[in-house]
Amino acid sequence: MVAPHGVTGMLGEDGIHVDMQHLKSGEVNLVPVQPGMAINFKDGVILGADSRTTTGAYIANRVTDKLTQVHDTIWCCRSGSAADTQAVADIVSYHLNMYGVTNNEAPSTQVAASLFQELCYENKEMLSAGIIIAGYDPRHGGQVFSIPLGGSLHKQSFAIGGSGSTYIYGYTDAHWREQMTEEEGIDFVRNALQEAIKWDGSSGGVIRLVVLTKKGAVRHLYLPDNGYTGPGVTN
Amino acid sequence: MTSIGTGYDLSNSVFSPDGRNFQVEYAVKAVENGGTAVGIRCKDGVVLAVEKIITSKLLKPGANKRIATVDRHVGIVSAGLVPDGRHFVSRARDEASSWRGVYKAPIPTNALANRLGGYVQAYTLYSSVRPFGVTAIVGGWDSEAELAVDGQVGQGPNSGAGGKVEGAEAGGPGLYMIEPSGLYWGYYGAATGKGRQAAKAELEKLDLSSGNLSLADGVKEAARIIYVAHEDSKDKEFELEMSWISSLDGPTKGRHEEVPKELREEAEKAAKRALEGDDDEEEEKGQAMEE
Repeated sequence: MVAPHGVTGMLGEDGIHVDMQHLKSGEVNLVPVQPGMAINFKDGVILGADSRTTTGAYIANRVTDKLTQVHDTIWCCRSGSAADTQAVADIVSYHLNMYGVTNNEAPSTQVAASLFQELCYENKEMLSAGIIIAGYDPRHGGQVFSIPLGGSLHKQSFAIGGSGSTYIYGYTDAHWREQMTEEEGIDFVRNALQEAIKWDGSSGGVIRLVVLTKKGAVRHLYLPDNGYTGPGVTN
Repeated sequence: MTSIGTGYDLSNSVFSPDGRNFQVEYAVKAVENGGTAVGIRCKDGVVLAVEKIITSKLLKPGANKRIATVDRHVGIVSAGLVPDGRHFVSRARDEASSWRGVYKAPIPTNALANRLGGYVQAYTLYSSVRPFGVTAIVGGWDSEAELAVDGQVGQGPNSGAGGKVEGAEAGGPGLYMIEPSGLYWGYYGAATGKGRQAAKAELEKLDLSSGNLSLADGVKEAARIIYVAHEDSKDKEFELEMSWISSLDGPTKGRHEEVPKELREEAEKAAKRALEGDDDEEEEKGQAMEE
């Protein structure tokens, strides 16, 4: 039995599927309800996510990229409906790039966060989108914002989201520290995601990270083949 | 104007053969008859001042303001047709408000000037409208503090966001002047209206580009400059209207406000003394030499 439209958090007949974000019954390819996160560290921010996309029990994509760039050093981690979050990210990306050229200055993370919030709040009845925004700009440094389902906006030291996040509230709360080094930050995010993948049935695949600092955006990849130890930087 | 009678001055959207838009030039004439307005971009704020000619004894002193607040941190003063100035301010308020609606933050002064420039320029393109009969001076203070997104919950890490570049330049004073053609530039000191020539000459003496003039001194200079600029139309009475926007740790805390009455009157006294005082000054010097 699939949970009827509008009902959230129901266990399916198989006892596994959690319809966290009230998607229409039968809506395909609802992606990343799986874990995604972003943290502040000494030199900026780090985003991380697993790579599993599921349609019910079926893994529709095992190497999904849930970390989406909306400007040079402003990225987001999408969770909820793939279609909805892609559309929202595309619109925000367009506006941020327009902002960049018309104001002759790169948009701040705040600008990105407010654009995301405006879209998520004004269209809340139509969207299933939980978005974490992380960005770096020289004036404010790294910043992390979270926009959960209703379209509220939260500035946080670190944010976790998606189904797998329930398994790592304890871990992240116990282990996040102010002023971590880049290496410590990467280890923290990777370990947290590894736990989420281990315990959450709908999370899995590879771990993708993006590190945002004054040097720009650097992507990392960690594969299950070697216990998520490498290869590391991919660009 | 040699082209009068050739018909090229009758409509917007029609160039004269030598590439001029006469309607815009006539709009500039309207500005040149308006009371002098000045703006000074100081180290720690911006001052706006205007010479308000008293057109009737029946007008209540201090009423009918000519400087308008557009948003908490921006003010506009204009010279030229007063109703055009009001409409211009109304548009500025709409732009500032719409910016807040989208970006949940105050509009930067340069972005506001850009949008207003675009708006004014559009009125030079169509035969159904006439250009604005005003030149407006836009003054603002962009917050030097880190601003939260309006309505956000939470503050992030206690030690500040990671990787912040310390001392990265942020915020500060902004001063722009927008002309009837839609042309706008950023200025250290701006003057328009009838007495603009005298006012500009005085502004140039201030060495504003070095960024040393304080807001408090700026207020005094602005008052004095309006008085100097009024010299040529001495027969008419006028009121001095002044507003200012300071840094967050200054007297207005980043807001656009009217300069307090006491301060303005003090500045006016000093201005009058400076005008009458050229002779006195020499007398004083003479006395000093006797000692």
